[in-house]
Amino acid sequence: MLDGYLPLLLQGATVTIVVASSALLTAFAVGALATWGMLAGPRFLQAFIRSYTTVARGVPELVLILLIYYGLPQLLQGAIRSVGWTDFTLNLAPFAAGVVTLGLIYGAFMSEVLRGAYLAVPQGQLEAARAVGMPPLRITRRITVRLMMPICLASLGNIWMVIVKATALMSAIQLEDLMRKATLAANATRKPFSMFLAAAAIYLAITLISLVIQRMIEQRLNRGKVSGNGI
Amino acid sequence: MGFEGITQFLDMLPSAIMRTVALTIVASVIGFACAVLLLTLGRRYRLWSAFATAYSIFFRGTPLLVQLFLIYFGAGQFRDALSTAGLWTLFREPWFCALLGLSLNTGAYGYEVLRGALSNVPRGQIEAARAIGMTQRQIAWRIEAPIMIRLCLQGYVNEFVFLFQATSLVSLLTIRDITGVARAAAARSYQFYEVYLAAACVYLAFVIVIVQIGRHLERRLSAHMAAPKPSLLARL
Repeated sequence: MLDGYLPLLLQGATVTIVVASSALLTAFAVGALATWGMLAGPRFLQAFIRSYTTVARGVPELVLILLIYYGLPQLLQGAIRSVGWTDFTLNLAPFAAGVVTLGLIYGAFMSEVLRGAYLAVPQGQLEAARAVGMPPLRITRRITVRLMMPICLASLGNIWMVIVKATALMSAIQLEDLMRKATLAANATRKPFSMFLAAAAIYLAITLISLVIQRMIEQRLNRGKVSGNGI
Repeated sequence: MGFEGITQFLDMLPSAIMRTVALTIVASVIGFACAVLLLTLGRRYRLWSAFATAYSIFFRGTPLLVQLFLIYFGAGQFRDALSTAGLWTLFREPWFCALLGLSLNTGAYGYEVLRGALSNVPRGQIEAARAIGMTQRQIAWRIEAPIMIRLCLQGYVNEFVFLFQATSLVSLLTIRDITGVARAAAARSYQFYEVYLAAACVYLAFVIVIVQIGRHLERRLSAHMAAPKPSLLARL
């Protein structure tokens, strides 16, 4: 049915998951920095982060990927060559370009989620911790972060699914992910429908497994939580 | 920073913008129609509800690119069957495939938005309407629809923005939309970052305008829920 191309597709799926995971971590780091800047930074930094968020959500991913993969090396090459190093060539690996682009775009979404979660931490608990004499870092570790996690988990799961689907665009810059392997297989076997349907099924499997894992984490995090009018 | 690339890009831009806008609007209208159809049918018939769920899971759980490639390139595998049915001339056109893929995709997301809006309609109003003897159709038109419009506006504006940006994928189907002409201009002039930067600015400009329109609409629709302005009489 798949003419023996399944192993190749699964290879691509592995690359997809690796790229998506790296992009998620990058997005988390970028988002955390952006949230910190928004909440605790000077005015001009807040304005900069706000415009960064607007750009990340207003420009299509494909355009940003092409811009960073083809445009960034050209820009840096031009700049460095003009100061004398005339032989300088720069080639971005598709993996790096993909992870950086997705990380930057979804870092903006992340920062919105993290900001909402941070502002939703009940102030009473922070006051109690301070009254008891907890040092600030311990408060952050034990209370703020612990309370933020279940709040932002659902949105984080959402962003993960969106990132997994966005990695399909990396095939446009020749990253050997699932989409690219499927295209190769489709061209080789002249059966594009079967190959892309298989790719779709694999993406669906990744999505559904991610949903299951998300549910499990949610239940684990909500252990011991009193709902309603708990004492 | 060279300008030949940008000049070429700007030359081809007006028709590209029209193509992008046309794709966005037509796809969102067809998608909306699909979503409403699925919602109405799904409420009544169990089978349609299952189909709607499967449709939603497929089109939201797989990348748009896969869906587009599946339709455009995948149709080639069934060329004979499609020719016999007289549909091959449709399916070999990138425009048709792009429109079909985008419509189905945005229809799935729109279906979820509508479903969420429907479940947020206050139960009491529906019960009251049933108590005074309104038929299901009257309830749908007179009670649920007006409330749902306001509830799903934010979600739909978001989806419209996503759809507008998603049209950039049709450039991979050889359609000369904004991204398509950007790639052409960049490849011809070797000025990648200038042209792609210009393309990014074009998209950004449109998105900012769309978001502003959405906010304006939301303010107009929620006017009856806004805080009352202090009237002159209150000061006397």
